This record gives sequence, structure tokens and C-alpha cells, in this order.
Amino acid sequence: MQSTLFRRVTAALTLLLVSGVSVASDWTERSNVNLRPGVTDISQDVFGLHVAILWVVSVIGLAVFGLIMYSAVAHRRSKRPQAATFHEHVGVEIAWTVIPFIILIFMAVPATRVLIAMDDSAESELTVKVTGYRWNWSYEYLTYQDDNDVGVFFFSNLKTPAEQYHTPVLKNGLFPYGTAADRFGVEPEEKDHNYMLAVDKPLILPAGVKVRFLVTADDVIHSFFMPDFAIKKDAIPGFVNEAWTVVPEDATGIYYGQCAELCGKNHAFMPIEVHVVAKEEFDTWIAEEKEKAASGPDLTPFANLEAAMALGKEKYNAACVLCHGAEGQGGIGLPFAGTELMNDSARIQENIDVLIKGRNAMPSFAAQLTPRDIAAVITYQRNAFGNETGDLIQPADVAK
Amino acid sequence: MTAVAAHHDHHDDHHHAPHGLKRWLFSTNHKDIGTLYLWFSFAMFMVGGFMALVIRAELMYPGMQVVDPEFFNQMTTVHGLIMVFGAVMPATVGLANWMIPLMIGAPDMALPRMNNWSFWILPFAFTILIGAVLMSAFGDGNPSAPNFGWTFYAPLSTKYGPASTDLFILSVHMMGISSIMGAINVIVTVLNMRAPGMTMMKMPLFVWTWLITAFLLVAVMPVLAGAVTMMLTDRHFGTSFFDAAGGGDPVLFQHIFWFFGHPEVYIMILPSFGIVSAIIPTFARKHLFGYASMVYATASIALLSFVVWAHHMFTVGMPLAGTLFFMYMTMLISVPTGVKVFNWVATMWRGSLTFELPMKWALAFVVLFTCGGLSGLMLALTPVDFQYHDTYFVVAHFHYVLVSGAIFSIFAAAYYWLPKWSGVMPNTFLGELHFWNSLLSVNLLFFPMHFVGLAGMPRRYADYALQFADYNWWISVGAFWFGISQLLFVAVCVLCAMKKGKKAEAAPWEGAEGLEWTVPSPAPFHTFDTPPVIK
Amino acid sequence: MSELNDLEQRNNRVLRKLVIGSVLMFGFAFAMVPLYDVLCDITGLNGKTSDTAASGEVQMDEDRLVTVQFVTTSSGGMVWDFTPQVRSVKVHPGEITQVNFQVKNPADHTIIGQAIPSVSPGLAAPHLLKTQCFCFDNQTLLAGGEADMPMIFYLDPALPKHINTITLSYAMFDVTERVTGNKDKLAAR
Ligand code: HEM
Ligand SMILES: [Cu+2]
Ligand SMILES: [Cu+2]
Repeated sequence: MQSTLFRRVTAALTLLLVSGVSVASDWTERSNVNLRPGVTDISQDVFGLHVAILWVVSVIGLAVFGLIMYSAVAHRRSKRPQAATFHEHVGVEIAWTVIPFIILIFMAVPATRVLIAMDDSAESELTVKVTGYRWNWSYEYLTYQDDNDVGVFFFSNLKTPAEQYHTPVLKNGLFPYGTAADRFGVEPEEKDHNYMLAVDKPLILPAGVKVRFLVTADDVIHSFFMPDFAIKKDAIPGFVNEAWTVVPEDATGIYYGQCAELCGKNHAFMPIEVHVVAKEEFDTWIAEEKEKAASGPDLTPFANLEAAMALGKEKYNAACVLCHGAEGQGGIGLPFAGTELMNDSARIQENIDVLIKGRNAMPSFAAQLTPRDIAAVITYQRNAFGNETGDLIQPADVAK
Repeated sequence: MTAVAAHHDHHDDHHHAPHGLKRWLFSTNHKDIGTLYLWFSFAMFMVGGFMALVIRAELMYPGMQVVDPEFFNQMTTVHGLIMVFGAVMPATVGLANWMIPLMIGAPDMALPRMNNWSFWILPFAFTILIGAVLMSAFGDGNPSAPNFGWTFYAPLSTKYGPASTDLFILSVHMMGISSIMGAINVIVTVLNMRAPGMTMMKMPLFVWTWLITAFLLVAVMPVLAGAVTMMLTDRHFGTSFFDAAGGGDPVLFQHIFWFFGHPEVYIMILPSFGIVSAIIPTFARKHLFGYASMVYATASIALLSFVVWAHHMFTVGMPLAGTLFFMYMTMLISVPTGVKVFNWVATMWRGSLTFELPMKWALAFVVLFTCGGLSGLMLALTPVDFQYHDTYFVVAHFHYVLVSGAIFSIFAAAYYWLPKWSGVMPNTFLGELHFWNSLLSVNLLFFPMHFVGLAGMPRRYADYALQFADYNWWISVGAFWFGISQLLFVAVCVLCAMKKGKKAEAAPWEGAEGLEWTVPSPAPFHTFDTPPVIK
Repeated sequence: MSELNDLEQRNNRVLRKLVIGSVLMFGFAFAMVPLYDVLCDITGLNGKTSDTAASGEVQMDEDRLVTVQFVTTSSGGMVWDFTPQVRSVKVHPGEITQVNFQVKNPADHTIIGQAIPSVSPGLAAPHLLKTQCFCFDNQTLLAGGEADMPMIFYLDPALPKHINTITLSYAMFDVTERVTGNKDKLAAR
């Protein structure tokens, strides 16, 4: 136990050293001390305001601390046995009320200007509806230029595999993620550079186009936070909020964001990944996606159990792992390892129904997973974690 | 009042104080109740601190090592609730109980029996809350303890709240009733029990700030009670105040909560302003600069605190006009706050300064509280607040004003008045160690939070991206250092309680003025049975 | 003694005032609910539209064309398929327009739904007036049932000039338990 803990600590320390140099540059070129300037005009205005106010408070702060230090040294008793007796001075009292007030007005003016600019979401060319769920995001492209029914919709889940964050140091401790025993003492996997940030299917946006986000939520309040665009908008169930951005044409690339309003257990596990691509590239992509959406679900049968298992594992790790655990050990959701439902081939239909319709705290996955995904996940559940039913479920079984 | 009447004839007499458990259970004596409050709040500070260390242990490295994210959320929630309602508020109520009658020349608080109740509700309230955590900790997380943050936003706390939310609601109701009773007692005492000649504008500033705090408490604690009552009916009686499905609005919850919540932060800091305004003149051997403007600044802060609440919710999507209003008001509130800081500096200016322990803590307060106030000013600028909001930058801000602000001032008060309470001087060696360790560790703990916050790390995260790792490690080191340093204060207090140490005179600090220093140390069980004469 | 009784009386007087004050503030918390609604109605805070029918008699402003987008969400475990028939319309302020929304209940039991409207930008909310809407009442669909639900609206010509796109969003909630009082499906977390 001791030595494992020690090894873990040293490993993590090494990782820290590495992360300090190489990883910091991954989330765009940025400082990890100061606010990030971001890439849009608005975010740079915001950064400008931040620098200005930081100067203002630093100067005021240093002036005050300087006076205190000076007084503490120069007015100590050994130097001044007798204290002065003044305890009022109308002049200075007025001065230190009025001067800060004027400084504040000087700060309020540019802040108001930026705020008004941020408020103007008119003339957008692309509208994306962003919905927060416990615990992932979905994106729906509503309108793009003249097309007012794009209808492209998908979910976006954390890609970091559980093996990378599930690293308990206590065997039967205070609730290590899922259960500790199965991962305790296992060498932690090296963490990806974009650990806790990358997703399975990112949001794709065109550069140089004004994009309007309609932000809402399915269950509790989430918050759509994209620091590089200076956007943070709460996603509130039952209500829509607006935000917008234009990423300049020369700023294509990958941007990350996170959920910024406590939404329950896996609040830290629902990042946002945005790929900003050139407009032409976006046009091709959206056309393809649209076609896919129009042609209905892909019902191509799996060639064999292995093919289904591979897709199933991927989908399981994206959609199910947070509640049911990487080893099917359960958590918020029920366990799968060795359970009756998973091992009784007569109950396959029930298994399918639960995924499609939901049951109690388990939500319906009909919108999030395609029939093919669902077939794969169920196949995986019934043939992993020590379950060995050999059941191969085909997309057609699910789609009916 | 009966207590005062019955004991009218024995002055400063220790030996007639009741003994044993009964003395504490049925006490109506303001000093005993003050002592109870102070010990209780210190115990809560340690419990809440332990929870903070669980949080920091988890966050030391990226990855989930120590606890489950669900339990992590329970820790952040209960840590916040305990520190706000269990540590800071009862500590200041304890100080009020001990010091206000002594400072205004009153024999006791005006409503001594209510005083007893308002204290004894608290242990039950916190037993309920901590009980929920223990059930969760020893029941493998089932049932879950409150896990929705100390701000308990709906619908996370209503439709999606764990079963223990009802315990939480009960507990908050009890804390609320306790605070309201305590506040009423302070107001009645200050308005009616002043010794002849103690006019309002002669009262020590601590009494003034507490009087204003008490009015804030009476005004907003009932609003908090209303909010949790609505939660309860939403959860069990089919109403939908905060549920969109029934025509309610989750944002309404935030408006009600912060209508309470912003004045609440001033409830926690105004008594500190009073403490520091007592200590700095003592050790500068000079009168407080701008007494009258201090009183007005406090009053205007209190009034303004009712019209800034929405600065906590700039991201919910308010109309532009509303956002601008709350931005301007928030910027405005920093003006009277600034006035206070300038007054303290001017009080020191050309004084004859010495740096005994209370003064050290008070100066640390002024500097570090100012840091927190300045980051508050940054947060007030709405466009930038969109970047700061709900990141560690906000966590840094409010810990600077609450830990190195409110709590440091409470330490200052303890070192300043412990001679009066216990009759012995606090141990200087331990006290110095406590001060310097706390001062250094608190900055290691909270300053780097500004950095990770600006870099974009959201708060209430159980795990984080790798680029936040370095600073989080330092923050955790600072946290453990700070936590362990507080054990020194336990030692200081225990030594004083055991009367081990240099005997304190009636007025142990040579520059101190005020009625509390005219009675012997330790202050006898009954004081000012005959009102003092005020020049 | 009389001096003491006098003090006691004065204390009780202040005590009484403060107790009344705190009870009033408790009431104020509840008063914030209607106050907030009034504020929402006036300012469009949070994008709520009125939940009662408007009269529909206004002048049409032919010079102006505003895009109204429709967005639908099935919220919090609601299983209905819920879609607008058209994704957006262009209307003149004052022009009365009907839009239908389609719902389908794929579940094997009856579900009662309630649609909650929300408008963005919020400032436009008080200017989007509905003479008829399925959101005024809750809707019941039998297992497998389908329906076309009408919504008739017009824009108030006083709509601020800078607004040229309005999004009207409906979130459909499953209110079966709320309406029938059947609680056993309530999710624990
Ligand atoms: C100069 C005066 C101050 C200003 C202008 C100010 C401003 C702000 C603002 C704008 C926020 C919201 C930040 C956000 O969530 O995005 C905030 C948060 C907070 N402030 Fe202050 N503040 C000031 C002083 C204080 C004081 C004196 C205290 C308490 C002693 C305090 C305690 C808090 C707390 C607890 C929060 C966070 C609450 C939460 O979200 O959990 N602030 N402050
Ligand atoms: Cu979240
Ligand atoms: Cu505030």
C-alpha cells in the first residue's frame, strides 16, 4: 500500500513536470496564469478590459499596501513614542470617496460598450442549438444561411477513457470512482494531453461566420463555457438563452470549453470541444451530415461478434461508463457484471427496451444512440465484464 | 430581564455562577453563551476544514484518487454550509454576546432566555446536517448527503435533490431561526440597554457594525427561510415555484437566493470591520480616523447590498438594462468599502505603532481583505465576469474576503479579548507561530486559485484538465499547511481555558479604550449591574 | 422595580416590531414570485411569454419583415417526438400567423404533456402575442397517439426596431405525475 502510494505520487509528480511544459501549450497557445485573450474580437475586447482593470486594482492595491508598509515601519513606537492626535480631515475624506468614483466611471464606460456589443446577436448566418444534459452536450444545427431546416443533430461525450481518471489510492476508501478494488494497484494509464477535454464528436463551426447559439438544458442548469470565445451562458431547462461568436478566418483550430454550472455528480466530465474549420470545409461537412440524417439510420448488420463488440465498447465508454462503471460494476446505475438481466438470453428484448425507453433514473437513449449503436452496446454488455452469453444483437432487432 | 433583577446585589462575584452541565445548558448569561458560541464555531471550523482537506486531497492531482465525484460534491456543499452558517456567523454572534454588553455598559443581553435558545438550536441543526454526511460516508454514498453546492440552485436541489435535501431544509430553517433570534437580541440590547450617556455616536464601531448586521439578518434570513420553504413545497406538495414544467422558473430561485445571499456576505464581514476598527486604534495609540464616516460607510454598504444581488447571476441571461444596473451598483458598493480601508490606513498614519498579536492579525486582515475587495471590483465588470464567473477566480475572491478577511479578524478578536475572557494572556510563542504559518499558508492556498481560475478551471470540479495540475498541487500543499497550522490555535485556546499563562490585567493593552477594559480580567460573571458613568 | 418593568416593556416593544418585520420579510420572499412574474411580463426578463390569449387586433406594419424561428425540446425524460411543422416563418408585425406543431407519443401508455414557451431575445417576449396556443393547457396523448397542435400568433408592431430574428422555443415536459398525482415514477436523483 505504502509503496504503491509512493509510486503513484512519484508518477504523478513526473507527470506534473511534463504537463507544465508540454501540455500547457495544447489548449491553444496560452498562459496558465493570466486570462486567455481568446480568438474572437469580443474575447479580445474582454481581455483588454481585464488587463485594464487588473492594472487599476494593482495600482490601487500597491498604493494602499505601500502606505501600510511605510506606516508600519516609519510610525512604529520606537521611532514615534507619541502618536499624532488627528482623527478627521474632511478634505482627504472627500478625495478618497470622489477619486475612486471617477476611476470607476472610467472603467464602466468601456465595460458598457463591450456589453452592448456582446448583446447584439442579429444577422447571424448559422444557428446551433446547444442542450446540456447530465452529463453531456448535444448540438443541433437549425439554420445555415438560406437553409432553415438543417436538421443535423448529435451528442458529444467525454472521450477520456475511465482508466485514465479512475486511479484510486485507497482500496476500500471513501468511494473512489465506481469501486476502488478493481482498479487499486493497477498502474494508471498515462493521461492524454487533452485529458478531460476531448470528446467523441466535436461541434464543428465555420470560420468567419457569425454563429448564434441557442442554449438550453434538459434536466438541471448547466453552463456553456467557451473561454476562447468569451462565452458563458447558462443552460436552463425550459428556457433558451442566446450567445454568439464569430471566429476569424485565420483562427481555425480546436478549442475547448467546459460546463460551468454545478449539475451533479459528473459535472467535471462534460467538456465541450469545438473544431473551427474553413467555411468550404464546413459546407462539405454539413452537406454530408445532412445527407446522413436524411437517409435514415444505418442498419448494416454486424459481420461478426468482434465487430459489434468493438463499436459497443466505444459507445459504452462514451455513453454508459459514467453511471455503470468501466467494469460494469455499477455506480449511479445498476451493475452488469454477472447480473441476471445480462446473462439470460430470454431477456434481450427487455434489455433493448430499457435502452430505448429508459427506466426510472435511466434515461432513454433513443435520441443519443442510433439503432446500430444500441445493438452494439447491448452486445458488448452481454459479452464483457465476465458475461459470456455470445448474444449478437443486430441493428434490425433494435429498429423494429 | 429576570436574571438581571435576581442578581442585582452581587457584583463581580464568580462563585455564584452555576456549576456543571446545567450552567451551560440553561445559561442565560451573555458571557457563558458567548463562550458557547465561540467554542461551537471553532468546532465547526475544524469540521468544515476537514472537509476542505478532503476536497484538496482529491484535487491535488488530476484523476479521481480519494473520493467519488458524488461524495466530492457533498464535501463542497457541506463545507460551504458549515463554514458560512456554522463557523463565521456563530463566531461573530459569540463575539457580540461577549462584547456588546461590556462595550455599552449593559448588565446582560436584553433577552437572556431567547439568547439561550438561539444558541442551543445550533448544535441540533448541525447534527442533522453532519448526520446526513455521515450516513452517506458510512452507507457507501447511499443515501446521498446534500450535493448541490451551498447555493443549492433549483432544480438540482428540488426535482433532482437527494432524499436528504429535506434534512437540509430542516437544518437551514433551524439555523435561520437561531440567527434571527440572535439578531433581534442584539438590536434590542443596543437600542435599549446602553448605559446612561452612551449615545449612539459614542458607541464603539464594533457595536455599530453589529447593529447594522443584525438589521441585515432580520431582513434576509426570513427570505432564505422562504426560499427553502418553497423548495419543500416544490418537492412534496405539488407546487412549482422553481419547476419550469409547472410554469415556475429556476432562475427565480437564484433571484430569491441571492437577494438573501449578497446581504449575507456583508453579514459575515461587517462585524469584522468593527473588530479591526477596535484593534488598530489600540495599537496605533490614536483615535479611529473618521468615526462618523465609518458609520455612514457601513450603513451605505448595508443598503447597497440589497440592490446588487444579480451580480452573482450575470450569466443567466438578463436583459441588457438589468445587467447594466447591477454592474453599476456593484461597482458603486466598492466605494464605501474603499473608504473603510483608507480610514484604517489613516488611523495608523503617524500613530505610535506596536505589533502585538491582535495587531498583526488586524493588519493581515486589512491587506488581504483589500486583495479580495479588489478582485471583487474585477468581478463587477460584467463582460469580464463572463470569463471569471464560476471559475476558481471567484473561489479565490471569496476566500480572500472570508478566510483571510472574516476569519482572520475573528482570530484578531480572539487574541485581543482572550485576556478579558480567560484572565490569562494568550501564549505569545504559539500565537506567533500560528500567525506566521497562517499568513504564509493562506496565500499559498488561495493566491494560485486566481491563476487557475483565469486559465479557465471551473469551480466545483472533481477532476480537471492537465494544464491546471501544477497550481492545484501547490494549492493543496497550502491547504494542508493552513489546516495543520490551526491546531496551534487549539493549543492557544486550551491553554487560556486552563488558565495557563501570564495573568492578564484589567487593561492588558496599553492603548486600549472602552468600557470592557474597566472591568477586571477575567470579566466577572456579572458586570455593570450598576451602570458605569460615561464621560 | 418600576424602572425595570419599564425597560422590559420597551424591550418587548422593539421585540414585537422585529418579529413582525421578520415575518413580513418571510412573506416578502413569497411576494417575490408574483413580483418577478410582473417584471417578466413588462421587461421580458427570462423570455417568458404571456400564458393567456391576446385579442389580436392591431395594425399591420407592411414595411417590416421579421423572422420567427421555432425550436422544440422534449425535456427531462419526455419521450414524445415533438417538432414544428415549419422551422421558421417571415412575418410582418401585426400579421396573424398560424403554425402547427406535431407530437407523437411512442410510449405504450398515456402521457400528459405541458409545453413551456421561451423567447429569445427576452426583450421580444412581451411583443410576441398569441391568440391561441397549445401551451395554454396541457395535452394528453394516448399510447402511440399523434396530434397536430395549432399556435396562432402575431407580433406587436412596437417590437424594438433592432430585433429582426426571434426564436420561440417550446420545451415539452411530461407532467403526467403532476396532473394525476402519481408519484412512484419520481426519479431519486
Ligand atoms: C468590494 C466589494 C465587493 C465586490 C465588488 C464584490 C463582487 C462580487 C461579485 C461580482 C461576485 C460574483 C462573481 C461571480 O460569481 O461571477 C462575488 C462573489 C462572491 N463574493 Fe464578493 N464582492 C465584494 C466583497 C465581498 C465581501 C466583503 C464578501 C464576504 C465577506 C464577499 C463574498 C463573496 C462570495 C461568498 C461570493 C461567491 C458566492 C458563490 O458564488 O458561492 N464579497 N463578489
Ligand atoms: Cu455541469
Ligand atoms: Cu455579492
